[in-house]
Amino acid sequence: MIKFFLMVNKQGQTRLSKYYEHVDINKRTLLETEVIKSCLSRSNEQCSFIEYKDFKLIYRQYAALFIVVGVNDTENEMAIYEFIHNFVEVLDEYFSRVSELDVSFFNTVFHGTWQAHSSPYQIGSCSVTQAGVQRCDHGSLHPGSPGLK
Amino acid sequence: MLYQDLQSTNLVEVCMALTVVSQIFPREMIPAVLPLIEDKLQHSKEIIRRKAVLALYKFHLIAPNQVQHIHIKFRKALCDRDVGVMAASLHIYLRMIKENSSGYKDLTGSFVTILKQVVGGKLPVDFNYHSVPAPWLQIQLLRILGLLGKDDQRTSELMYDVLDESLRRAELNHNVTYAILFECVHTVYSIYPKSELLEKAAKCIGKFVLSPKINLKYLGLKALTYVIQQDPTLALQHQMTIIECLDHPDPIIKRETLELLYRITNAQNVTVIVQKMLEYLHQSKEEYVIVNLVGKIAELAEKYAPDNAWFIQTMNAVFSVGGDVMHPDIPNNFLRLLAEGFDDETEDQQLRLYAVQSYLTLLDMENVFYPQRFLQVMSWVLGEYSYLLDKETPAEVIAKLYKLLMNDSVSSETKTWLIAAVTKLTPQAHSSDTVERLIHEFTISLDTCMRQHAFELKHLHENVELMKSLLPVDRSCEDLAVDASLSFLDGFVAEGLSQGAAPYKPHHQRQEEKLSQEKVLNFEPYGLSFSSSGFTGRQSPAGISLGSDISGNSAETGLKETNSLKLEGIKKLWGKEGYLPKKESKTGDESGALPIPQESIMENVDQAITKKDQSQVLTQSKEEKEKQLLASSLFVGLGSESTVNLLGKADTVSHKFRRKSKVKEAKSGETTSTHNMTCSSFSSLSNVAYEDDYYLNTLHDRGDKELKTFSLNSELLDSESLTELPLVEKFSNCSLSTPSLFADNSMEIFHPPQSTAASVAKESSLASPFLEETTEYIHSNAMEICNNETISVSSYKIWKDDCLLMVWSVTNKSGLELKSANLEIFPVENFKVTEQPGCCLPVTEAESTRSFQYSVQIEKPFTEEILSGFISYHMMDTHSAQLEFSVNLSLLDFIRPLKISSEDFGKLWLSFANDVKQNVKMSESQAALPSALKTLQQKLRLHIIEIIGNEGLLACQLLPSIPCLLHCRVYADVLALWFRSSCSTLPDYLLYQCQKVMEGS
Repeated sequence: MIKFFLMVNKQGQTRLSKYYEHVDINKRTLLETEVIKSCLSRSNEQCSFIEYKDFKLIYRQYAALFIVVGVNDTENEMAIYEFIHNFVEVLDEYFSRVSELDVSFFNTVFHGTWQAHSSPYQIGSCSVTQAGVQRCDHGSLHPGSPGLK
Repeated sequence: MLYQDLQSTNLVEVCMALTVVSQIFPREMIPAVLPLIEDKLQHSKEIIRRKAVLALYKFHLIAPNQVQHIHIKFRKALCDRDVGVMAASLHIYLRMIKENSSGYKDLTGSFVTILKQVVGGKLPVDFNYHSVPAPWLQIQLLRILGLLGKDDQRTSELMYDVLDESLRRAELNHNVTYAILFECVHTVYSIYPKSELLEKAAKCIGKFVLSPKINLKYLGLKALTYVIQQDPTLALQHQMTIIECLDHPDPIIKRETLELLYRITNAQNVTVIVQKMLEYLHQSKEEYVIVNLVGKIAELAEKYAPDNAWFIQTMNAVFSVGGDVMHPDIPNNFLRLLAEGFDDETEDQQLRLYAVQSYLTLLDMENVFYPQRFLQVMSWVLGEYSYLLDKETPAEVIAKLYKLLMNDSVSSETKTWLIAAVTKLTPQAHSSDTVERLIHEFTISLDTCMRQHAFELKHLHENVELMKSLLPVDRSCEDLAVDASLSFLDGFVAEGLSQGAAPYKPHHQRQEEKLSQEKVLNFEPYGLSFSSSGFTGRQSPAGISLGSDISGNSAETGLKETNSLKLEGIKKLWGKEGYLPKKESKTGDESGALPIPQESIMENVDQAITKKDQSQVLTQSKEEKEKQLLASSLFVGLGSESTVNLLGKADTVSHKFRRKSKVKEAKSGETTSTHNMTCSSFSSLSNVAYEDDYYLNTLHDRGDKELKTFSLNSELLDSESLTELPLVEKFSNCSLSTPSLFADNSMEIFHPPQSTAASVAKESSLASPFLEETTEYIHSNAMEICNNETISVSSYKIWKDDCLLMVWSVTNKSGLELKSANLEIFPVENFKVTEQPGCCLPVTEAESTRSFQYSVQIEKPFTEEILSGFISYHMMDTHSAQLEFSVNLSLLDFIRPLKISSEDFGKLWLSFANDVKQNVKMSESQAALPSALKTLQQKLRLHIIEIIGNEGLLACQLLPSIPCLLHCRVYADVLALWFRSSCSTLPDYLLYQCQKVMEGS
């Protein structure tokens, strides 16, 4: 089960965050800084999974942007790892070469896309599908996105 | 608002509402919207259906009771034609199966089929991710299967095939296929084992572990960790990789490796593994890691400790590193182990002595800070077991404890522990200034607890004799008799009562009284409070009378009481339970591991192994050799274990074989039973004294044939065409019913008018398929269409939903076998006639009936057509013959009811161009509209959609799918018919038929 999803840049600024379990606002910032710190401390030769407290972090780096997903122990790490990539592929398709700027400017779109995208996953206490709504709202949003319907 | 949106016809609004429902929704409001959401499950848009399923999933999570009644609908969602809806329903199922897997075993087949389709690439390409079909869906399904097949052989057997296929398919070298493989391996190892699959899975793990990619390596280690409990030999295969991972620069990998090692620890490799763990522990700073690892080390040390010194030192390390974050059970267990000891008394003493000595040396060190927990453990051990020391006197120990007591960094809780230890030691240290100083120091302490202890110590110190009897040496584990009724105080209480003091009331009673005084509404039933007050009232005098006998020497017991209470406070640390059986087994292990000769043998074996290894890899560098050495020390236990395990494995294999043979036996049992059946029918024949060799043969033949049909049936079932199911049933029914019929008709056979017997057989065997079919479809009566002296052919029609099924039954009337009976249909231009499989047995025995089934599909509309063909057959004496026949088919045979709603009717009505209107006069018998329509429904198979006043809506379709609509209206005795269809000829034809029906009846 996915606990949270973060997009953080190397400077530690959170671009996008979505929590599926309740975390206090104050604790969120703390958590985010710790998470990014532990991600930054790792080199390329090290694996993309980190054990953090009682759950696991799975991260992927795209240029200066980190996408981090926190999952509990029962999740398949590699599946999530590929899932992140799939998400980025969808964004890339929509923005035609997505960049960090896009993320900060079109925050809502990103939220929507992530929600739509995470439908195959059991997230926190509920799973979300929003693909249909997104289609209705934006029309052109990720037509024929891979793995997404 | 939400309610409105849910009812809205606007798709977006419904969508949004459902999304909101599935994200934030209060439990109390579920009943209000539940019916609406259930309706949405039937919505024509798949997105709405999917969202409805997710909303119900959310409901299931927050209030499972309220959605219990719609579990059937979840099943429908699982079978939805849209993949998204199906995938959404998997969430619910994963959840429900996790909670109760036994309730959903029947769905295993469906999940397997779905997975088969997904793996086989039957999903739309949209679902592919890097040309892997729906990987996340696969993973979800695999997870469900793993849960379902756990410890359940029968269910597991269903999924072996598909698991094998997924293992095979996931060849592609992409990350996501590895994710699927990982899940697959996980599933294979969690369901009931099958050796071939396990082998393949093990190979897959090898792929992971040996991969240069770090992420895959991690997954491989994780999989190994999971698998190793079932098959430790796998660890041996990958030992070098594991060693490499142990020194990996990535701490995460290291940690996973340690986790793996933890699972394979035994008495022989425990020292090495624990050493590795401690090394990691010293580097790590993360609290969670420390807590976790410390717990594991403590567990291993308790389980497998080879000797006292090692055990104590390991535990010291655990306490000093784990400190105050570790689980409180660890020190508790440790202390209990020390106190209760093992079977061997001298061994215990040595252990305790060693512990005391090591602690004293630790305390001697300057400027070292120990965690509070560790200090507490030390103080308890020192207080209990310092008497074992020869050199140091108790006074010296007290001095050390005193030094600690004065230390500011020690918490007050630890200080009470220390004082308790000092108290225990005081009787042994005859006279000590330190104790005096301590009493002096702490009787003025601000901490009440400390002060209490200090005063106790002070009073006891004044009476050393009493103190010695109270604090005996080494009695920590003996049970103390505690007088829970406090009977020694009875005298005091009685005195108080006699002086007019109010009797003691329990807390709840006081509260009740207070409440009733305050005149607050008392919600408790009155009886309860009365009875309880009466009870306590009676109890106290009884207690006095009872207690007065016992409490003779109340002073001493009083003292003992306080004392024992205090001891209780200390002992609380190791809980109330007494000896644990678990402990005993552990100690057994340990003492088992201790005998020296055995160990030396083991070492020899080790050396032998390492030597062998070394001889194999002479060319390798020294570093490599070191690794080899480490490996052999790490996996030593496994080596010996593996042979055991191999034995175990062989055992399971042989077991499996046995199982297989059992299945065979069961099968043969089945065959014998069928034989028995034929035999019994045969014996009933023989009872009537009709013992003919020929018949005997045929009966045996029939038995064989039946077996064949059985196997055929199973094949058919395997070929998974569901439409054939009724057919199959019919087949088995046929072949089963005939012999029994013979048994019934044996009387007639006795006076052998063969033809009657044959005809009876024919009729009843014809009847049996009829009975079968009627349950499924409407059919016509059988009609004999042609016959000669050897065979008779009859036919009937089965109006199936998608086609017309013609069945020709050929009955062999002669007593001879028919060879290669064949039925051919002359081609007709308007039809497409296809033979149904399952009726191609080459031989028709004497007196038996065979059916040929042909499905007829219309290609061009017509009114009346003749379908003709011939039967050719060979008799035993090889002369061949032909028999022609023909059947009339009318267009009516291809009319089926069209089940649509009134709304759809309205839409369709407008879209059709061809229409025909006609008034028909109704006969008296059907003056009312409903009865008229009923005749139409029965005779023409039209579907009545709705009857509104004097108007009626009907619909039908011409196969394969040409709809025709009928609107009728009644004026007096005239029925106005109005047909509309997309086909030009159909309305005319139907009108003609209607007229015929109305006039005819």
